[in-house]
Amino acid sequence: MTKRIFYYQLASIALAIVFITAIILVVGASPPSVITAMWSGAFGTVGQFARVVATLAPLLLCASGLLFTFTAGLYNLGIEGQIAFGAIVSTLAIRLTQDSLPPALVIVLAILMGGIGGTLWGLLAGVLNVYGHINEIFSGLGLNFVTDGLSLYLIFGPWQREGVASMSGTEPFPESLWLPTFGDTDASPIALLIAIAAVAITLIVLRGTYFGLRLRAVGQNLRASYVLGIPSIRQLLSAFAICGGFAGIAGALQVLAVFHRLIPNISSGLGYLALLVAMLVGLNAWFILPVAFFFSVLNIGSLQLPLDLDLESSLAGVIQGTLVLFVLLARGVSETLRKPSTNSPS
Amino acid sequence: MDIAQITPILATAIATSTPLVFACLGETIAERAGVINLSAEGTILLGAMTSFAIAKTLEGSGTVPSLLAGFAGAAVVGAAIALIVALGTLTLKQSQVAIGFVLALLGASLSSFLGNSFVRIPGPTVPSFKIPGLQNLPLLGNLLFQSDLLVYLSYAAIALVWVYFYRTRAGLMLRAIGEQPNAAFARGTNVVKMRYIYTLIGGAMMGIAGAAFSLDFKAGWSHMHTAGYGWIALAIVIFGGWNPLRVALSCYLFGILQSLASVAQSSIPAIPSQVFNVAPFMLMILLLVLTSSEWVERVLKLLPSPLDRTASELIRSTPPAALGKVFEQD
Amino acid sequence: MKVELKDISKRFGNVHANDRVSLTVEAGTIHGLLGENGAGKSTLVKVLSGFISRDSGAVLLDGKSVEIKTPADAIARKIGMLHQDPLDFPPLSVLDNFIVGKTGTGLIDRQRSLRQLQQLSTHFNFNLNHYETVANLTVGERQQLEILRLLSLGVSTLILDEPTTGISASQKTALFKAMKQLASEGKSIIFVSHKLEDVEELCDRVTVLRHGKVRGRAEIPCPDAVLIDLMFGRELAPPLKPQTRQSEPALQLEKIRVDTDRLTLRLGDLTAYKGEVIGLAGLEGSGQQQLLLMCAGLLRASTGQIRVNGVEMTHESYSKYLDRGIGYLPADRLKDGLVSGLSIQDHVALRTPSRSLFVDWKETLKQTVQAIATFNIRGKPNTLVERLSGGNQQRTQLALLPVPLNLLLMEHPTRGLDIESVLWVWQQLIARCQTGTTILFMSSDLDEIMRYSDRVIVFSGGQASHPIAVSDLTADRLGQMIGGRLSDTLEPSVIS
Repeated sequence: MTKRIFYYQLASIALAIVFITAIILVVGASPPSVITAMWSGAFGTVGQFARVVATLAPLLLCASGLLFTFTAGLYNLGIEGQIAFGAIVSTLAIRLTQDSLPPALVIVLAILMGGIGGTLWGLLAGVLNVYGHINEIFSGLGLNFVTDGLSLYLIFGPWQREGVASMSGTEPFPESLWLPTFGDTDASPIALLIAIAAVAITLIVLRGTYFGLRLRAVGQNLRASYVLGIPSIRQLLSAFAICGGFAGIAGALQVLAVFHRLIPNISSGLGYLALLVAMLVGLNAWFILPVAFFFSVLNIGSLQLPLDLDLESSLAGVIQGTLVLFVLLARGVSETLRKPSTNSPS
Repeated sequence: MDIAQITPILATAIATSTPLVFACLGETIAERAGVINLSAEGTILLGAMTSFAIAKTLEGSGTVPSLLAGFAGAAVVGAAIALIVALGTLTLKQSQVAIGFVLALLGASLSSFLGNSFVRIPGPTVPSFKIPGLQNLPLLGNLLFQSDLLVYLSYAAIALVWVYFYRTRAGLMLRAIGEQPNAAFARGTNVVKMRYIYTLIGGAMMGIAGAAFSLDFKAGWSHMHTAGYGWIALAIVIFGGWNPLRVALSCYLFGILQSLASVAQSSIPAIPSQVFNVAPFMLMILLLVLTSSEWVERVLKLLPSPLDRTASELIRSTPPAALGKVFEQD
Repeated sequence: MKVELKDISKRFGNVHANDRVSLTVEAGTIHGLLGENGAGKSTLVKVLSGFISRDSGAVLLDGKSVEIKTPADAIARKIGMLHQDPLDFPPLSVLDNFIVGKTGTGLIDRQRSLRQLQQLSTHFNFNLNHYETVANLTVGERQQLEILRLLSLGVSTLILDEPTTGISASQKTALFKAMKQLASEGKSIIFVSHKLEDVEELCDRVTVLRHGKVRGRAEIPCPDAVLIDLMFGRELAPPLKPQTRQSEPALQLEKIRVDTDRLTLRLGDLTAYKGEVIGLAGLEGSGQQQLLLMCAGLLRASTGQIRVNGVEMTHESYSKYLDRGIGYLPADRLKDGLVSGLSIQDHVALRTPSRSLFVDWKETLKQTVQAIATFNIRGKPNTLVERLSGGNQQRTQLALLPVPLNLLLMEHPTRGLDIESVLWVWQQLIARCQTGTTILFMSSDLDEIMRYSDRVIVFSGGQASHPIAVSDLTADRLGQMIGGRLSDTLEPSVIS
């Protein structure tokens, strides 16, 4: 990053802070008390911090996956659906095997199948985009709605609880199938490990492999990449598949570690949040961990706001959105000011 | 089930689709000029919250002034968000998808946070009002004219947008800008300025859509009050082929499908009602996949000459050629 | 209206597109603007029509100095331009296209516009279906529509930019008739072209541009030789190339026809030999690029077969072409050949075949350093390619070509390069030929074509001449053929 771009980013973050402060003041709260409340909400007790970790794991997974599609120059808006579909497929795997296989094996299978489910769903979005010429917005968002419907159908239909079908989801799985957690908390070390592994894999693949290099080339210039001999379409579809796979695993972990059953809207906006993380991170995989951590802290910390200050917890979303918006706009300003405007000959 | 039973259901369906109609017409205008405003979800939510907050605060001054202020406020909010979209994409040349998406999430969060004190409070609503003469029309009277002012305004909006697009010079230029901005530029238009204007108009209409929810069809305000409608609006614009009439009809179709959900629930208990809420959207994707395929193109080409143009207009799903693309106006 | 351009200058970076160009067009005359690609014709008329702002000089209409900053200004001053590529709205109907841009507010009176369109159509004997979608019209018809539209706006100065590319002979006749009629009605017409016969048929006077400067003016009728001399100059360089052609055929094309939406290239049969250099001459857009793309495997021929070194390549995938040592060097380096944002080292890594998943950056660095030395690239391994100068970008592209290189296809190999790079590049290429590489290259620099080709094929509007040995060619003859007199000098090869 050149010095100039650095200053623009700094300025944008400063402006973002100004805006957020203004919003807080508008509702009649004081920024210091907000910060205190959020800090205690995230770091106050071990249980709370564990919840931060529990949010971090799927966020890391999804953001890592999204980095593949971003590198390829794509916006994978269908990530929510890929998480949910992974959750559905892993639930299916559990239901099919929970009575016949040992718990450890069921868990492994569930995670695997979740990943495969997400991969397929991601591929579907990719195929629709590349071959079907369907607007990538529509295919991405559309598939999100389709998965919503599918999971609702399953929860209220064939997979409903005994007696009463309800919005609280399917019958919870026996405790033997629950992933172990840190003490009494909600945080699962296995989920965290998998997530960190995903970040590491992303870093290594994007920086150190031919695949990553080719992906970068395709994202920067599709035509020139093709002329240089890169099978562009294959690269694009691979990016969708990998992102879907990571998201599917995140979905499986939501089922196994967090909710212990399939619930409606299991992705709970994590996919979109991961998109925001990825937009801030850009192509620098090293920033995934700190940014995702920051966003998780915001999410959990803001849960304290309704309790302490009678404020809505969506302040987290306000902060996250404002930061990304200002960073994007600053990028635009620095790019526009850099290019001298001349008419071009043609 | 006879006509007498279906009609009120359909009438309700059409009426409750009104907010969507406003949002979709607004987005159609912006997209026809070449700009995607992906922030619809956030804009509608923020519009809904703002209008309710304003109307509630001014409740003491009378229903009509407070409602008007509410709608005006929603329009301003919608236009403001659209201004950011336009600035970020037309002047700063960032991706329309990125800017719009962030604003969608940000708008949603802001609406929740700022609207906290207005949750679950009753507020002013648009009164119902049957049009004297028209309400007695045989079939259409019961169906279309027994609602309220907002619904009638939406009918007017559909007609206005249609006339503007297809019968006025300015509307023709609007369509031209979205297809070939450099040719439009060659013909003397300030393309960037017009795109700003149309994006703002589209945003204002989305804000009004939000107000239509919180001040009429889903009166009040709550956390994530109109969730999902923004995304659906974007999809309907595509599904409706960027043609105001088809888009409006698609909105009504969507509303009808939603209404059928409650009816069908009793007839087909096996399928949960929540599925029906999502079903319209799934159906639309399916239809879109089918109609976008090469197959349909080939069949259309076989039709005789004047017929093929009408048929392709009916089914066409080709976006304006310059939609989403950056235009360099030197 | 009398139009005068006085000492117009315009620079783009280092390039002097227009260098104190002056032009005077009297009312009621047709003035030709002649010159090859890059001569500055387009720039000049774009200044007049408001698309480009000039650096210095003046524009006078009927003796009064005016400022034309946007196309809207030009239209207001009754100056209209017919662009080379139709600037219209394909999805809209003919009538709608006619109406877009007309001043007036409120509702469109379709009937009135229709009557106006029909009136103008009959006046010029153009035949247009008013409800047809413009996308379905031919280029010639789209031109006719645009001319009618400009006239309906009341233009008194009409600029035609290369109008006869891509229209049929009968449409050309209709166009010329219309122009002559307009001139007789007092309009001023500027006819931009590279085609001698068109200019000689239509214009009253002609101004010839070369390298941004006015080389001369003439009254029509004027002998060809005079115009060619003005257009191309007499820089005839003797062939510098040592004999490298071998006897084995390297590339064999049979009955080739390539259809694109811009033109159809009819090539017939062609055989190129190992070590041979074939120059493709002609104005851009005449089919050379299509031939090169097809031989590179980036464009499929509609009919015909292609064999490289005896191997049938017609239906193979692009990667197979690369495997067989067929390299392609595009003209727009940063758009089609190199990836901005990636460094030289990244490109070398991309082009190095490797079995492993992981990039051996140490090894790649070694290779990159070697390539930089071999190809004399002024840049470091981690330099981003967009920061390299044009010459160094070209050297980088050369470094990325398949090895061994059997067939090399180049678009404008030395465009935008400094003299040193030009000489160096050709030195490298000739060295390759001596080891058996066959080269096909297109260029608008006639000197380059004459100096480095063994044989030359001249392209004009999708037709190609037989390959002519360079020893049988003079600059004059080449200029004439490019100027469109293909049929005069040689039978073009056409598929029956």
